[in-house]
Amino acid sequence: MKLPSLREVATEARLLLIGIPVFLWTMIPIYHMFLFAISPKEDAFSGKLWPDHPTLHNFEIVFKQQHYFLRDFYVQFWNSVVIAASVGVLTLFIATAAAFSISRLKVPGGRVVLNLALFTYFIPAAFLAVPMYRTMGNYGLLNNHWSLILAMVTIASPYAIWVLKQASDKLPVELDEAAVMDGATTLQIFRLVYLPLMMPSLVAIGTYAVLLAWNEYLYAFLLLSNDREITLPVALGNFLAADDSPWELLMTTGFIYALPPAAVYYAFRRYMVGGLTAGAVKS
Amino acid sequence: MAITLSGDQALPGPPLSSRLSPAQVWGIVLLAPYLLVFLAFVVYPVCYGLWLARAPANYVALYNDPIFARAAVNTLIFLVIGINIKMLIALFLSGFFAVQRPWIKWLSVIFILPWAVPSIPTILSVRFMLNPEWGVINHLIFSFTGDDGPNWLNDPTVALSMAIAVHIWKSLPFWTLILITGRLAISHDLFEAAEVDGASWWQKFRYITWPSMQTLYVTCTLLSMIWTLGDFNSVYLLTGGGPADLTHVLSTLGIRYLRLDQLSLAMASIVCAMPFVLPLVYFMMKRLSR
Repeated sequence: MKLPSLREVATEARLLLIGIPVFLWTMIPIYHMFLFAISPKEDAFSGKLWPDHPTLHNFEIVFKQQHYFLRDFYVQFWNSVVIAASVGVLTLFIATAAAFSISRLKVPGGRVVLNLALFTYFIPAAFLAVPMYRTMGNYGLLNNHWSLILAMVTIASPYAIWVLKQASDKLPVELDEAAVMDGATTLQIFRLVYLPLMMPSLVAIGTYAVLLAWNEYLYAFLLLSNDREITLPVALGNFLAADDSPWELLMTTGFIYALPPAAVYYAFRRYMVGGLTAGAVKS
Repeated sequence: MAITLSGDQALPGPPLSSRLSPAQVWGIVLLAPYLLVFLAFVVYPVCYGLWLARAPANYVALYNDPIFARAAVNTLIFLVIGINIKMLIALFLSGFFAVQRPWIKWLSVIFILPWAVPSIPTILSVRFMLNPEWGVINHLIFSFTGDDGPNWLNDPTVALSMAIAVHIWKSLPFWTLILITGRLAISHDLFEAAEVDGASWWQKFRYITWPSMQTLYVTCTLLSMIWTLGDFNSVYLLTGGGPADLTHVLSTLGIRYLRLDQLSLAMASIVCAMPFVLPLVYFMMKRLSR
């Protein structure tokens, strides 16, 4: 066995010198959240790095809705699920149709629409939130789940269309031509040729839209206010309204809320990394 | 499914469809849902908002509001200092994560967590860490030095710095990931040749890595700046704009006006940002729509 040379040891030490701070920096806020979730209130508030009596009691309180702030936990969780799923489905539908139309059917004016979409993508979402709020009021949709769903679809679609358009441009034209020769209608090409080939990108975009909607705070708190209509992040924000907020319960609920997107992200990471980074920034 | 229904109604009439091939008719039908969303939720709100912000009195009011001036300065600090620090770290870390080691591969999986989890619980977690009485940071300061730690979020400079740190924490993984893909696209032969010639790491960076990555790096920086203008969460959830409304940025200020029922002021403050945003957007669009 060969002993590592001094140079190799020095390289390894330098890498560790970067790696350890990166690990700590990444994990501290998340660990702190987890710590609160498993700590009784006294331990959490006394700045301990590990509780004397780790407990799952906080989770029990959340799941049994045994606190003023948690009365509607299940309803709010369900709202988040419904809204995220609807945004995912609607975005996929709208964006796939648009990308197919622009990229494969070469619809007249498609280029203009794509540029308009791209323009929307670059307008900061927080800036659009102000007029959007008023618009939803004019449409009579405030406090209705549709307001948040439609707002998030508006925000998610431009990027979705753009990524899907890039992906469909890569499919060979001969495929469509061959299908037309065989007498396939446009819809059949869309369903039987286009959709199956686009599956990896569709998974990535669906995941993107679902996560975007699940994580959204600003639009959710502007557009929904009724306790039984709001989504989980708004409910989390509402914890801060009280002076003596039950932070251990806030962190527990936050931990539960953060688990699904993290799981989804890691489950679809293969697609996300390939599909999204390729489209995100093309130099 | 209101959108699909109204999408079907947008079918062009017979005279038009006789001139268009069936494929083009389908093209218009399939594009219609997005166009409707775009008209109803982008064009209409933007025009309506601009109409609300038309009175010059709004801009006089903004000009006289010290909070607006402060927010504008804060936004500039956030963008110019915060984003450049973030992108430099991302550039550095992209080199680190490109090193082939099993443990670095694992670390890169963990490193993506801040991007994968929603920002609300993690930002609130940081907020409590900074709590002067019960936060873990001041507890540690007390147990090591015996002194009370500072009241972190009560100082506007520290509070804004913390908001920038939170922003960096959240979005650093994403940009690092993008820069890693850029770095991995560089041919490995170049580095091997440089190795043979005895180039130092700086020379390798200066003459191989940087030239092939600078376009990507600049694009990322500009894109990150545009998006950070819309970063509402990092400031709002950490400081709430406080203390004394001194840490607002433009995105939180707009919402503040909105909540005070001063919608026209909210729109005016956004309009004021447009001379800076639109050139950036134009530049980005030119780059991406080639």
